[in-house]
Amino acid sequence: MIEANSLYGPLDPAPDAGWVEAPPRMGFFTDTSVCIGCKACEVACKEWNGVPDSGFDLLGMSYDNTGALTANSWRHVAFIEQPRPAGHRTPPFAGNPTGEPASPGSAAAAADTRADTGTIPGVGPGQPEPAARMAAGPEFLGMPGAQPPGRATGAESRTDFRWLMMSDVCKHCTHAACLDVCPTGSLFRTEFGTVVVQEDICNGCGYCISACPYGVIDQRKGDGRAWKCTLCYDRLGAGQTPACAQACPTESIQFGPLDELRERAATRVAQLHERGVPEARLYGHDPTDGVGGDGAFFLLLDEPEVYGLPPDPVVTTRDLPKMWKRAGLAALAMAAAAVAAFVGGSS
Amino acid sequence: MSSDRPPVGALFRRFRERLAAQAPALPGAPGSHGPKAGRSGEASYGSRATGAGARTDAGAVEAGLRPVPPRDVPPTDRRAGRRKGGGGEQLAVPPAEFTSYYGRPILKPPVWKWDIAAYLFSGGVAAGSSLLAAGGQLTGRPALRRAGRVTSLAAVTASAYFLIHDLGKPSRFHHMLRVAKPTSPMSVGTWILSAFGPAAGVAAVAEAAPWLPERGLLGLGRRLLPPVGHAAGLLAAATAPALATYTGVLLADTAVPSWHEAYPELPVIFAGSALASGAGVGLLAAPTGQAGPARRLAVAGAALELWGSHRVENRLGLLSEPYATGTPGRMLRAGRALTAVGVAGALVGRRNRVLSALSGGALLAAAACTRFGIFHGGVASARDPKYTVVPQRERARQGELAPDVNGPGVGPTGG
Repeated sequence: MIEANSLYGPLDPAPDAGWVEAPPRMGFFTDTSVCIGCKACEVACKEWNGVPDSGFDLLGMSYDNTGALTANSWRHVAFIEQPRPAGHRTPPFAGNPTGEPASPGSAAAAADTRADTGTIPGVGPGQPEPAARMAAGPEFLGMPGAQPPGRATGAESRTDFRWLMMSDVCKHCTHAACLDVCPTGSLFRTEFGTVVVQEDICNGCGYCISACPYGVIDQRKGDGRAWKCTLCYDRLGAGQTPACAQACPTESIQFGPLDELRERAATRVAQLHERGVPEARLYGHDPTDGVGGDGAFFLLLDEPEVYGLPPDPVVTTRDLPKMWKRAGLAALAMAAAAVAAFVGGSS
Repeated sequence: MSSDRPPVGALFRRFRERLAAQAPALPGAPGSHGPKAGRSGEASYGSRATGAGARTDAGAVEAGLRPVPPRDVPPTDRRAGRRKGGGGEQLAVPPAEFTSYYGRPILKPPVWKWDIAAYLFSGGVAAGSSLLAAGGQLTGRPALRRAGRVTSLAAVTASAYFLIHDLGKPSRFHHMLRVAKPTSPMSVGTWILSAFGPAAGVAAVAEAAPWLPERGLLGLGRRLLPPVGHAAGLLAAATAPALATYTGVLLADTAVPSWHEAYPELPVIFAGSALASGAGVGLLAAPTGQAGPARRLAVAGAALELWGSHRVENRLGLLSEPYATGTPGRMLRAGRALTAVGVAGALVGRRNRVLSALSGGALLAAAACTRFGIFHGGVASARDPKYTVVPQRERARQGELAPDVNGPGVGPTGG
């Protein structure tokens, strides 16, 4: 029978899944503070894994035209422009004039653009109001402009902003909801502790897509099956580094045994805090969080939701025993009602 | 895949045109690459002010929100349109403050199409009517038994069709039978259906016994079918409550916020609506003399269903909103009204065949409305990042407070 810990709490997933003498758990540490948004990871992933194109349209909201992780984009480089006076707060530039942020208007206008990624649901349309709010930033006090940045001239129109870039990927959760709800056994836990879809088994039921708390896994149109990052299971088996980490020119994407990566990440955060980047924080590194820790975790420079990540995800199967209990009670109530309806009365 | 695709860059062109329409003085707009020196900041500020309208300065964030440019409508109509579109509904819950990635959803909304909502209904009808049939069988009400068994087979056949049709690869539907996983409600449901479907089928086929000839091989069937059908009918009825309630877990065991948080209520709603559907079948098909149990079932089912849907619309805070607004809200309200009408009709029309049948129809329609409302409410909650971020932020905030409260010191809150 299933132990409660298999559904929630800290755990080494590969032995839990039945692997004997499993190799150490492997994963990604994505340090967004050195990401330059080059998208080499997206390209390398597509090349190695034979992932189809995800449309060539522009989304118009930022330099991110991939939009989201989909069945046809297993790496997604998020790109955020914030009106945060990152440079001007340093003394030599403190007196520089700063105009109003220009991007809320365009962010709102572009919130509902859609690109045909060849997947369902693919890149969903956004809400204009939150889009404007996020582009305006926390210190925003004025009216947003209705034009892309850098189009107006004059000192007053200069804006000061910072760019955040993050290469997003499947988190390979310790407690992977997609895997647990899969009714065909297509999703499985590898000996490296990663989560992989077997494409010859998947029948496209779509349950994993609703179950993923990060909105990673997605269905490919025409094909009908669900696809996501495999953490290059084939390359791992051959002792190689996954394609995206191999291609990353700044070592923003680091691959290795998860324990080692967690240590490295802790050192890096401490270093950044020392250097005056107090907003640096880790995301998904904690084995006691709602999904038991991610196999792919991140160093972020803002709140997770700014990058399109859920702030406090909890694996849905945590509550599964309670759900079955409620269903059992409801079923008993139903049977009792049926018996009572036929036994009582005579009309 | 490529036939209905817009040409490359079309979306961005449209976006730029929209920008140009909003701010005519925009230097970057297409066709206005004039002398840039002439268009200093002041000009564009002017256009911004116009875009923002005569709004008084009410809070920074408010100001940030309101001038949000719009789609393809002139400024004045825009504001009116927005108010018309969502005004009344948005008043219920104060606007939630949250950040997001360009307003895009965090979760992937369910890829399940209307088939699954229809299956929720047909599965409930199958379960409810097989209970009705078993009751009729055991208490000597042949009309209830016959109607229940036949409806049950029809509904379970429709269910199988909906479930397979919704798959991305329907030809691989049998892959569901590779494993039995209690962690996957869909796998559990597959096995429940595999037990229920054949039993309901045999029970329905047994109803054909009187039409068989009295002699020969078919005559043997005529004698054997009723007892076999009896056993099969009881087996179907025994699995029916599981069939009706597992779907609640099926929806709740997802990351879809409004489904997951409603996990205590969903099985109850679905059980109630299955009972009411079964009652509806009985009221439609059976003469008033035999329909007594169906009336009582209608009352019990309606009570469970109304209690459950009242709870999900009020207990979940922000996550109740998708069930109360928009199309899902209308469906659930229609479901409640039809349930009330159906129960009232069933009770009042004790001796009236037409009134009974009408109320049976109302109960079936109510069940369908409720199922579609719950289904689409959840889908709506996954589409909007608000329902993902705001409750999780709240939870994280309480999590940060919790160690002080639950720690070994159990200190007073003041600290």
